[in-house]
Amino acid sequence: MKRHLLEAGDLDRDDATLVLDTAAQIEAALAGREVKKLPTLRGRTVVNLFYEDSTRTRISFELAAKRLSADVINFSAKGSSVSKGESLKDTALTLEAMGADGIVVRHGASGAPHRLATWVKGSVVNAGDGTHEHPTQALLDAYTIRQRLGRLDGVRVAVVGDVLHSRVARSNVWLLSTLGAEVTLVAPPTLLPVGVGSWPVTVSYDLDAVLPTADVVMMLRVQGERMNASFFPSAREYSRRYGLDARRMAALPDEAIVMHPGPMNRGMEIAAEVADSPRSTIVDQVGNGVSVRMAVLYLLLGGAPE
Amino acid sequence: MTLIKGARPYGEDAVDIRVQDGRIAEIGPDLSVDGAQLVDAAGLVALPGLVDLHTHLREPGREDAETVETGSRAAALGGFTAVHAMANTDPVADTAGVVEQVWRLGQEAGLVDVVPVGAVTVGLRGERLAELGAMADSAARVRVFSDDGHCVADPALMRRALEYVKAFDGVVAQHAEEPRLTVGAQMNEGDRSARLGLAGWPAAAEEAVIARDVLLAGHVGARLHVCHVSTAGSVEILRWAKSRGVQVTAEVTPHHLLLTDECAEGYDPVFKVNPPLRTAEDVEALRAGLADGTIDAVGTDHAPHAAEDKESEWAAARPGMLGLEQALSVVVQTMVEPGRLDWRGVADRMSVRPAAIGRLDGHGRPLAVGEPANLLLLDPAHRATVDPAALASRSRNSPYAGRELPGRVVATFLRGVATVLDGKAVR
Ligand SMILES: [Zn+2]
Repeated sequence: MKRHLLEAGDLDRDDATLVLDTAAQIEAALAGREVKKLPTLRGRTVVNLFYEDSTRTRISFELAAKRLSADVINFSAKGSSVSKGESLKDTALTLEAMGADGIVVRHGASGAPHRLATWVKGSVVNAGDGTHEHPTQALLDAYTIRQRLGRLDGVRVAVVGDVLHSRVARSNVWLLSTLGAEVTLVAPPTLLPVGVGSWPVTVSYDLDAVLPTADVVMMLRVQGERMNASFFPSAREYSRRYGLDARRMAALPDEAIVMHPGPMNRGMEIAAEVADSPRSTIVDQVGNGVSVRMAVLYLLLGGAPE
Repeated sequence: MTLIKGARPYGEDAVDIRVQDGRIAEIGPDLSVDGAQLVDAAGLVALPGLVDLHTHLREPGREDAETVETGSRAAALGGFTAVHAMANTDPVADTAGVVEQVWRLGQEAGLVDVVPVGAVTVGLRGERLAELGAMADSAARVRVFSDDGHCVADPALMRRALEYVKAFDGVVAQHAEEPRLTVGAQMNEGDRSARLGLAGWPAAAEEAVIARDVLLAGHVGARLHVCHVSTAGSVEILRWAKSRGVQVTAEVTPHHLLLTDECAEGYDPVFKVNPPLRTAEDVEALRAGLADGTIDAVGTDHAPHAAEDKESEWAAARPGMLGLEQALSVVVQTMVEPGRLDWRGVADRMSVRPAAIGRLDGHGRPLAVGEPANLLLLDPAHRATVDPAALASRSRNSPYAGRELPGRVVATFLRGVATVLDGKAVR
């Protein structure tokens, strides 16, 4: 493993598989234990540096670090999604001086974790940067797919919705293709980035055409404000063309699963009955997130397993 | 009196050049020394002093990033004898008072002729015309008007500006960027922006405005200058417009001749610039356009920024790069060494044509007896690695840091007075 986890592209097939296998080992080691804690990172300090509010992700990382017995500092710098001037660098140097071994950073600006990594000696984990990447989300998604379907190689994954602004989509595209899955992006053309043609994916504008051959449907959150910026005409039209409802879910193969990184807009991109169906892995994803983040912190801060 | 021994004007045969009373007094082999100050120029190429159409000097308002004096020194070290100072200062150079202030500071520094550019619109806001005539009539004799940093996006206002400056032979220098197509834009829109998650600045946002403006300039018979052209499509539109007889000129920056959007990998904001670095195909089209004269000039877009405006996240950083000190070196590397431009071509694109566009007297003149002694001496064979700490600019945001470039300006003369000797600023 490299020293930092800045983007899913940093992981080759061996590294990515190592993270997933380590997460599985950790999960097995903790299964049935009353005290869900390992001594691995005792004496180490992990800082959660959050410039953007995300209680879910912060708690997941916090829990992961604490279950490895690390000291955890939560440092929230919200209110400045794109901070001015030297503040990110100043903060980095402060954390450095405090002896942070690992910095988990969430930031509204793409590339902020990369900048941070040039200023600190500790390991940097990207917990979501702008519209760039969210690599641990992709790892937990891959982990969840493997858990449910037993494999990743050759699995057909449809990623549906606002790919343009989605760091989850970007991370999944790189990680899943590294792991041998076949990714299809499904969205209106306005929500696909120019240049998507160079990605290792298939692109479709037609959800109904993709569903019958998908093993996994990963729905992305669509923000209402995209409508005001004319990325699509109305919420209703979006929902009709790209929303996953019960009728569409019925078109999926029997074993297929439905994923969503949360938080969901029920009734917009995903119908409540779909989100709550047995095909939905949404609850599993949350739990798996902790195991995968433990594996990442362990591998970056605790050295490779024996 | 100065005697320059053994220089090669335009890279041709070595001669001696006698400079007296600010002019070239004599050119010939083995001129007598006769008590003159001797400058050994053996093997050095002599060129007319360079003229920049596009320099940001930051004074007034951001003297921590650059002043007229420090920028003038950087310019002299780059071989320039005149620079146009862009209007996006604080206060904006949109009145006779501000342009005269900048012009006077340039006179006091005395290292290059600082020629202020006047804003087209009040406060660069794109709403109503600034007092263009008052700036033209001022001591600064403004002939180039630009809202650079912003596009004059309103087509009716752009038409009026083009028409109005005809009264004093002015030119509108447009920063071509359709603002509705570049909301939030951070880098060239394409494969890399998609992957890096940085909002894209599409080539069409530049090309659409250039296309519109050349039609307007043709319609009203006015002079248009296009700042920092960055795309292959823009070059095509300019070629078409010139073939139709439109009075349009254009410039390309050194960084757009050399660097591509690959530089954005790693998110180091030193490579953030507006317009953004484009693709290798665009770079090739820009070099071809400069070689065949479709692009008239090299304009540096020298944009100094204080460290705190660059040492940040990419999105929070200000766009812009240093350019004056390495401009000629980049042109040597991208145009001269590959054989796309000879030394007369360099003189044409970096001195003659920019002086003509700016209607500058005394600059862009041939190296000939009787002409003002504005010239530089270049060692084209010298190669050095760029060290930002060694630059004369007050800022350090050089995209060439750590890069080896050819060509060293050994001396620069402004009206016969050395501003640079032995590669060092005289003052
Ligand atoms: Zn500009």
